[in-house]
Amino acid sequence: MALTTGQAVAAVIVMALVTYLTRALPFLLFGRGGRPPKTVLYLGRVLPPAIIAMLIVYCLRDTTFSLPAGEGLEAALAALAGWAPQLLAGAAVVALHLWKRNDLLSIFGGTVLYMVLVQVVFA
Amino acid sequence: MYRRAFRAAFPDTIPVLMGYLAIGMAFGLMLEAIGYNFIWAFFMSLTIYAGSGQYLAVDLLKTGAALGSVALLTLIINFRHLVYGLSMLEKFQGMGLKKIYMIGALTDETYALLSSARVPDRVEPHAYYFAIAVLDHCYWIAGSVIGSVAGALIQFDTTGIDFAMTALFIVIAVDQWKNYKEHLPVFLGFGITLAAVALLGPDAMLIPALCAIVLALLLVRGRLEPGEAAPEAAEKGGR
Repeated sequence: MALTTGQAVAAVIVMALVTYLTRALPFLLFGRGGRPPKTVLYLGRVLPPAIIAMLIVYCLRDTTFSLPAGEGLEAALAALAGWAPQLLAGAAVVALHLWKRNDLLSIFGGTVLYMVLVQVVFA
Repeated sequence: MYRRAFRAAFPDTIPVLMGYLAIGMAFGLMLEAIGYNFIWAFFMSLTIYAGSGQYLAVDLLKTGAALGSVALLTLIINFRHLVYGLSMLEKFQGMGLKKIYMIGALTDETYALLSSARVPDRVEPHAYYFAIAVLDHCYWIAGSVIGSVAGALIQFDTTGIDFAMTALFIVIAVDQWKNYKEHLPVFLGFGITLAAVALLGPDAMLIPALCAIVLALLLVRGRLEPGEAAPEAAEKGGR
């Protein structure tokens, strides 16, 4: 361990405080004394769908697109492995959710499909 | 009141339960691997309570980073939370002391659940929000402690289990798509983040993308909010 116990405790406390501060700042700035500006309320309304879209891309940020590095099935599968599991499993989540509207089924189904794809099919 | 709220909130938090157990266990495993046991995992998940922040924390503890850089890096990686609070100003109003806890519990996933939450009938909204936050927090702590204790004992291959988090966000996006009339924010979020990944690479894109999204949403305000920002007359005459 690079740090003494005391130093590590201090690092954890700093991380906890800074994390809390980033979350509390909007409330400290706009929480007291009347309503926040209309611009802030507008952002509060339109940001969530944009942020969720951002987080989906963020989760998939390590996706890579490449051409097969040679002939044959193995090279083709290796090239597909960079993006096909995400695409197929992502599409499965959307399809399952539009069909059954059951959060757990959509997430469980998509995740199991993804794990099979990365562990077995595109391993 | 709380009994009913927790019972109503539990089914809605199951996706986060799966995601947090998986991501939390991965955190616990990593922390254990650098020599910090489950007691550390428990207190870090209790007090910091931030997924990507705690993954970073493992690195910082391992390399023995100075307190100043710990603070700066934590600030940067949690920057998006500044924005999350804005959407919760009205939801948390009048929650009293519980608000202090709610603010600290505002993770990506809890934020997502709260902003898409449809409070069931006969359940007090604030109790319902509080129940969601407490349950998610418990899952995160449980996941990290389990991961830390289990260590190398896990027999099955968990590769790819982190896709549960992606799947959760996709499910929320599908729900939002039905609830919102205007889809421009979704396209802006997707397009700008894709551009940021392409231009800046996967590791440095989050904060620039976040800033660009806020800016873009401010620029299209007249389109999304014609009644308030740009009255009809101004819209006809102005462009």
